[in-house]
Amino acid sequence: MSQSDSAVRPTRKVETLDQVVIRFAGDSGDGMQLTGSQFTNTAALMGNDLATLPDFPAEIRAPAGTLAGVSGFQLRFSSYDIHTPGDAPDVLVAMNAAALKVNLGDLRAGGLLIVNTGGFGKKELDMAGYPKSPLEGDALRAYRVVAVDLNDLTKRALEGLGLSMKEALRCKNFFALGVCCWLFSRPLDPTETWIKSKFAKNEQMVEANLRVLRAGFNFADTTELFQTVYEVPPAAMPKGTYRNVMGNEALSMGFLAASELSGLEIFLGSYPITPASDILHTLAAYKNFGVTTFQAEDEIAAITSAIGASYAGKIGMTTTSGPGVALKTEALGLAVSLELPLVLVNVQRGGPSTGLPTKTEQADLFQAVLGRNGEAPIPVIAAASPSDCFYAAIEAVRLAIRYMTPVILLSDGYIANGSEPWLLPKVADLPKIEVRFAGQNGEPTPANFLPYLRDEKTLARPWAVPGTPGYEHRIGGIEKADKTGSISYDAENHERMCKLRQEKVNRIASDCPPPEFEGDEDADLVVLGWGSTHGAITGAVRQARAKGLSVARCHLRHVWPFPVGLGPILKRAKKVLIPEMNLGQLWRLVRSEYLVDAISLPKVQGRPFTSSEILEKIQSLS
Amino acid sequence: MTPTTEATAPTYTKKDFESDQTIRWCPGCGDYAILATVQSVLAGLGIPREEFAVVSGIGCSSRFPYYLSTYGFHSIHGRAPAIATGVKLANPKLSVWVVTGDGDGLSIGGNHLLHVLRRNVDLKILMFNNRIYGLTKGQYSPTSEQGKVTKSTPYGSVDNPVDPVNFALAAGATFVARSVDVFRQHLSDTVAAAAMHRGAAFVEIYQNCNIFNDGAFESLTAKATREEKALYLEHGQPLRYGPEKSMGFALKGASLEKIDLKQHPEREKDLLIWDQEEPSGTLGMLANHLPKDPANPVPLGIFRRLEKPTFDAGMRAQIDAARAKRGPGNLEKLLYSGTTWTV
Repeated sequence: MSQSDSAVRPTRKVETLDQVVIRFAGDSGDGMQLTGSQFTNTAALMGNDLATLPDFPAEIRAPAGTLAGVSGFQLRFSSYDIHTPGDAPDVLVAMNAAALKVNLGDLRAGGLLIVNTGGFGKKELDMAGYPKSPLEGDALRAYRVVAVDLNDLTKRALEGLGLSMKEALRCKNFFALGVCCWLFSRPLDPTETWIKSKFAKNEQMVEANLRVLRAGFNFADTTELFQTVYEVPPAAMPKGTYRNVMGNEALSMGFLAASELSGLEIFLGSYPITPASDILHTLAAYKNFGVTTFQAEDEIAAITSAIGASYAGKIGMTTTSGPGVALKTEALGLAVSLELPLVLVNVQRGGPSTGLPTKTEQADLFQAVLGRNGEAPIPVIAAASPSDCFYAAIEAVRLAIRYMTPVILLSDGYIANGSEPWLLPKVADLPKIEVRFAGQNGEPTPANFLPYLRDEKTLARPWAVPGTPGYEHRIGGIEKADKTGSISYDAENHERMCKLRQEKVNRIASDCPPPEFEGDEDADLVVLGWGSTHGAITGAVRQARAKGLSVARCHLRHVWPFPVGLGPILKRAKKVLIPEMNLGQLWRLVRSEYLVDAISLPKVQGRPFTSSEILEKIQSLS
Repeated sequence: MTPTTEATAPTYTKKDFESDQTIRWCPGCGDYAILATVQSVLAGLGIPREEFAVVSGIGCSSRFPYYLSTYGFHSIHGRAPAIATGVKLANPKLSVWVVTGDGDGLSIGGNHLLHVLRRNVDLKILMFNNRIYGLTKGQYSPTSEQGKVTKSTPYGSVDNPVDPVNFALAAGATFVARSVDVFRQHLSDTVAAAAMHRGAAFVEIYQNCNIFNDGAFESLTAKATREEKALYLEHGQPLRYGPEKSMGFALKGASLEKIDLKQHPEREKDLLIWDQEEPSGTLGMLANHLPKDPANPVPLGIFRRLEKPTFDAGMRAQIDAARAKRGPGNLEKLLYSGTTWTV
């Protein structure tokens, strides 16, 4: 920090906070996701607990300066155990007028607003729909405003480096990051290391970004704009080794783990779709794990190729989002009828149709549970948080193989792109997944192999893969005779087969751990959740209990069929509240299954619940 | 799964490839002849029976796998090429076959067919073309001639048909051929050639639907006119046809000129020498254009045969290369990679 001189530094108060919610907002091209991720990594290394919420438009580069082009990244970091990326930001960094317009409403009263005045020229104000600059007058009186011309400061920091104006301005996000690092007493080293490796092939960019980052830090250090420096001490986390992880990344690693635990190679058939594509990208890079990634010509080929691979003895899987599931529906029915293992991942986004491609929602539960022709039961499981995606992926593969069935794994945009610290497991501690191929265990070859003769316990049929002599058989989507698998249109056989397939899936309800439960067993109110509402519900219920309210929470990993332990929990509660990011889908399933008069708390705004929204509802019911 | 070598190559008869299922095609259907021929061909390939996987879609033709004693997979409408791609990528050792029809392969499944052909997945694709929808009882198909009167087109179909061979050539298929259900020996030779091809092998088989489109290929298959109407494409041989091989074709500009060798014996030297390795597909399309004029014969045989790297081998090679370069995947190392910290 050669440019700073402690002698002329203003003296400041140092304030210790237990948590901070900060949001970086700017144009899609301003690098806000990158700034947010780097600040997140630094917070992780500082030992804070954290949760993130990236929020970006569907357009790759909407016209610069427009409201549609605003991209945001929210991070909450803390010195205690947290579960959500926070409700209202304490700090908002707005790189231009549009970013301010879109995000200001969320900033808490009295919050710190850092604005880049360089993004508030006449053109930017017009595009954001501000008749006059909000930086003048009283519009921002409710906030602590630090107005800095980041454009100008960035350009000045880069003088003499020979960069074009455009190239220079592209570095301004690092100036903002430098300012924030200083403000929250964060070291620059992690970001410096990252810059050096990221731009290793371009020395000039390394130099430029390092200069701007340090200039931002030093500027904050020497200017008198900031009265206070903040510290957020490390959180008391369970012992172990951690890394920061995003949901799609954890899901991909979960599949690699399932491959290792089962001894089977992965075949992923996929067609690019937001917000699921990152799973395809991640797995495509791990070919040395024996992964085959097949970017198919469409969603249908993606799933059917995976079914073909499962038929041939791999773990067939396909990753998509709601519209893709709609296209795969017929093939899912085929997988049900064939009784082959298959994992379908739906990283849910706002619907219907194209809906809100980059925003989160949980409105595909009915689609997963019910959305097929005929009696076509499929077990559905859901991931609760970014790191939980790892374990959900392993469980999906375990069920698919053990029960010879397609399994739907629901994630959503919120946890897919959000991140949190992950206490890393030891691979040796993860339970193995048992695989038995017919005819490959030294058993005598049967005179007449019966491809639909079932295991007594699981009702799973044998998995006999092509290449196994003596086990040649035919399968298909036409109804098959019990045991032999031959084509059968027999009335009673069809009913028997429908019931067998249903019963097989039903048995999963007692082959999974009881649903997660927190609180007193005799609590008046039970808040029931599934999937990514886990964090917001946990936060809200803990706050409510701290206030002395009689509340417990229950969370479903196995969403369908309902685990056997769920009924008693719901029947014992006086009231059941079900918050979900749809218009009440789990709520309807629970009511129809248990005749429990549960209360729905729906939200379909493309945004996750905040804990306070749930807490408010809990309080109104208590 | 024993690798096939000449020493251990099993010997089979056609009977070894017959399944115990009752065949449910209409009596007189062209599918019977195709089934018998394919059973014989498979028996003679020297590939262990368990290494065949036969995948089909939906339609009359797609019942085919049930009648073979190999591994068989009757799937959903149009998707067999995609399923077969998954099978082949999962286990490249298998001999993977796709059986489809004109509706299954070119209507609902046209997209998948295009992509397996351009990728050159090592699949043997048999398309039974009867120019009609049989299983749904007689609607026109994408290969039906324009003006076709059917239940769904009482005033005649309006759309232009697609030609399967042209489609395959344009998609860049490395093996494209045509044969006919009742030309037993030719069909047998063609299917065997497809079986030997490494890469996507596409065979269009004219197949008579005696219920809904009887006689669709009558002008070609009638015993009396067969020799006048069939133009057999033979690699390295001049394009000649007719009872005494007295007719032929020469290349003239961008089309083929018909030559009567009896009248112009001096022009024998001008006859086009068939080159199945011509890579652009232009020759194949030229030949395939001939039947537009009903006075011309119908080309049969191999339109194109090229050696090109297969998709499945390329995909496997990437895995092998990644393992050679980075070593087999180490999960523990992967989980603990990147930025970690210990509490």
